[in-house]
Amino acid sequence: MTGKKKVLEVKNLKTWFFTASGQVKAVDDVSYDLNEREIIAIVGESGCGKSVTQMSVIQLVQTPPGKIMGGQVWFEEKNLLDFPPRSQEMRKIRGAGIAMIFQEPMTSLNPVLTIGQQLTEVIRTHTKCSQKEAWQIGVKSLEAVGIPDAKERMHNYPFQLSGGMVQRAMMATAIACRSKIIIADEPTTALDVTTQAQVMELLLSLVEKYGTSIVLVTHNLGLVTRYTNRVYVMYAGKIVELGTTEDILMHPRHPYTLGLLDCVPKLTHKKDYELVPIQGAPPRLQDLPPGCAFASRCPYVFNKCREEFPTLRQVGENEHWAACHLDGEMKKQQ
Amino acid sequence: MQNKPIVQVENLKIYFPVRRGFFGGKIGEVKAVDDVSFLIEKGKTLGLVGESGCGKTTIGKGVLRVYEPTSGHIYYKGTDIAKMSKAQISPFRRRLQLIFQDPYGSLDPRQSVHAILKEAITADKRRHSAHEITTRINELLQAVELDISMSDRYPHEMSGGQRQRVGIARALACDPELIVCDEPVSALDVSIQAQIINLLRKLQRERGLTYLFVAHDLAVVYHIADVIAVMYLGRIIEMMDASEIYIRPLHPYTRALLSAVPITDYYVEKQRKRTVLKGEVPSPIHAPSGCPFHPRCNLATEECKQVMPPMRNIGSSHQVACHHLNQGSD
Repeated sequence: MTGKKKVLEVKNLKTWFFTASGQVKAVDDVSYDLNEREIIAIVGESGCGKSVTQMSVIQLVQTPPGKIMGGQVWFEEKNLLDFPPRSQEMRKIRGAGIAMIFQEPMTSLNPVLTIGQQLTEVIRTHTKCSQKEAWQIGVKSLEAVGIPDAKERMHNYPFQLSGGMVQRAMMATAIACRSKIIIADEPTTALDVTTQAQVMELLLSLVEKYGTSIVLVTHNLGLVTRYTNRVYVMYAGKIVELGTTEDILMHPRHPYTLGLLDCVPKLTHKKDYELVPIQGAPPRLQDLPPGCAFASRCPYVFNKCREEFPTLRQVGENEHWAACHLDGEMKKQQ
Repeated sequence: MQNKPIVQVENLKIYFPVRRGFFGGKIGEVKAVDDVSFLIEKGKTLGLVGESGCGKTTIGKGVLRVYEPTSGHIYYKGTDIAKMSKAQISPFRRRLQLIFQDPYGSLDPRQSVHAILKEAITADKRRHSAHEITTRINELLQAVELDISMSDRYPHEMSGGQRQRVGIARALACDPELIVCDEPVSALDVSIQAQIINLLRKLQRERGLTYLFVAHDLAVVYHIADVIAVMYLGRIIEMMDASEIYIRPLHPYTRALLSAVPITDYYVEKQRKRTVLKGEVPSPIHAPSGCPFHPRCNLATEECKQVMPPMRNIGSSHQVACHHLNQGSD
């Protein structure tokens, strides 16, 4: 991994929510980094804090109830958390530096403005150019993401396009502004599989063509396998395992990662086997146990897990780290 | 080996009129389900897969007579229910149940689990004593692996997985023979999804249930179904034994669909050839002539544009509708 240029470095990020039912540590001491021309995955079940982590990076967490309690986000030699969320600097970084693509494409565009109006607005915010030039750039970037009849599409409203098309239009804004990083938060969850493949191939081509780096937030392990270089697994607001995609998928060292892998049906397996679900449900973040947050669901749990919190430790070459007391002796125990 | 079919559907067509204007004049029709035939044996599962808008849910609901069939036959244990009146069909309704995708939207937020299940149990209009009802509710909750104390809860007090279990318990309340499962796990997290899939399989084994399982996730359908039917624009274009879908997909669309789904085995996935399908599913109002898949198919010829390929038998348990089967098998 050495020698690669880091484009984003998140250190000890903490985002808490202050609710009536208590303090929720949605993101608790999360660190990750993203290299140039790399696609990393942030994986976990709903409510594990993977989206809030990304929203914190570009400071779009709603305050109150949420608050970034600490940490650093290094991008282009600046710590983004030094800037207030509404500052000019932050606004410039969102879009031009770091673009975000959301799960529901239809709700992330303004329904009463045309695609063209929204594209040119973004382009003119981030680059110095006339309305006409911005329009040209807009058409070109729509063409770049494979939207047919781009000129006419500029005059369409979001509802006139299909889900896959709108998701592509979102990516067009990222291309138009030459974003260095795209954070894609479940970008294909609402889409059909063939459209999903189209959108993912497009993201991959951005890495190859423009040298973009991508953070893919997802729960779809298939997409992780096919498209990413490295994986971070999150559970209850913390990173519990990280490593190369190959290591995480083929040699998982945290029982939660293993559980996630075992509970999805696989086309490559014979049909008549029973899926192994992870028992129970994720714990409430308001009252986490003192030890490992996964202890209550873990098939390999022992006393130490309930008492002592496991920190991330290196468990293999290639920067493979896991937060588990077991040291990856899972297979032997069962 | 051959069991008696519980449901046999023959040449089913469900068309919806497209109306426009002040007088609501009919200007066209959507062929949501177009000439579909299949049968499901007792205790087996038929999986329907396809992209959104392909008509898979319409078939599911059509079999339950939620939608009026335009033509065709739906035989339930030999009796054609396709043309029955509402009064005639009501005794069959209890035997044919439905599980929905969205467990939150399909449960009444103002009713407790007890009330929801009671309503389903007493739907047969017979007299039930309070004791009978409570016993039955407890039995149903146990069947879906929920704690008996759950019966006082309201839907908003439960997790997505628990709600889906209540939805399943409600379907079981009428002692059904066929359950149409409409995307029952797509709204759930992967770990919960596995729990529900295992539960559905267990109930099927214990009670000899027959499922029509509608879903868009190929791996889930592969796992739960005995037979898989692949749909495109209102038609079944390939139907096969579930174990064949990964090793021997024949229709170009089935292959494209399969290729679009990444596999979680890292080494296998890295070896796979990826074909990305171009374009989008056309609108069913203006469905293409001939084979509905021809505008996106790389094998399409003049013949495909004009003639809808008939379903052909390939082997004992594999049917496919394509003019170019020989070129397909690379």
